[in-house]
Amino acid sequence: MIDILIMVLSTLGAIFILIASIGVFRLPDFYTRLSVTIKAATLGIGCILGAAAIHFSEFSITTKAIAIVFFLFITSPVAAFLIARTAYHTGIKLWDKTVIDELKDKYKEEAEKNKDSDKK
Amino acid sequence: MLKYFLLNILLIFVWVALTGQLNYPNFVFGAVAGFFILWLLTKNSNKSEKEYFYRVPKIILFILYFLYDMLHANFQVAIDVITPNYHTTPGMIKYDIDAKTDFEITMLTNIIALTPGTMVVEIAEDKTHIYIHTMYLKDKEKFISRMKERTEKKLLEILR
Repeated sequence: MIDILIMVLSTLGAIFILIASIGVFRLPDFYTRLSVTIKAATLGIGCILGAAAIHFSEFSITTKAIAIVFFLFITSPVAAFLIARTAYHTGIKLWDKTVIDELKDKYKEEAEKNKDSDKK
Repeated sequence: MLKYFLLNILLIFVWVALTGQLNYPNFVFGAVAGFFILWLLTKNSNKSEKEYFYRVPKIILFILYFLYDMLHANFQVAIDVITPNYHTTPGMIKYDIDAKTDFEITMLTNIIALTPGTMVVEIAEDKTHIYIHTMYLKDKEKFISRMKERTEKKLLEILR
């Protein structure tokens, strides 16, 4: 029973990471690539660490696995947010088929405001 | 609220020390037993005292919901990556938030970022709205109301 659980968890983790790496290759633009990689990799590493914790079933190893997953879940969204924000500010374009881009309007308004203040 | 949380932790340690087994099932059992004892002790007190006992089940339910959402969205993205055609309709959406403090906003953005397909790109300076990049945008209003109902409302219920 425990063997089956370990197999399922580690296989799922490996598959998620594989899909993330295929996604980097296949998806159309920077932002979709970023949003696939970071989350699928986080979940995959979580699954593999869970499998390791169950396999060893030792107090010290389980504690370490929980700590790693916890810090990963806290830090990786922040990294994703900063990379996406920097990308948008440096002018990396969205995909042609993007439906709406409401962030563009905001920066247009700000740019106009800056122009006005420059004139004054 | 905090008082009962600390009491619960104290009861866990008392239980673990008394039984002398340092492993996870014993910790969990101690937590459940301590929770139950505290619940019995405060059964006749007023409502503000009992807040802790409403909040803990809510937090557990929220974590389960979140894990389910995360797995579901991951499978959706996985199918999209593997199959030959693109089904993605990406979009950048302005989303008004009810979260006020920095901590609430941080938790909200973390949870949005961890569900695949959605990602926070920008937070407004006055903290009234955030910009979300999503991979599957069919109906903007529907997306916003779904986000509000499923994620933000529940999160704020826990944190406040």
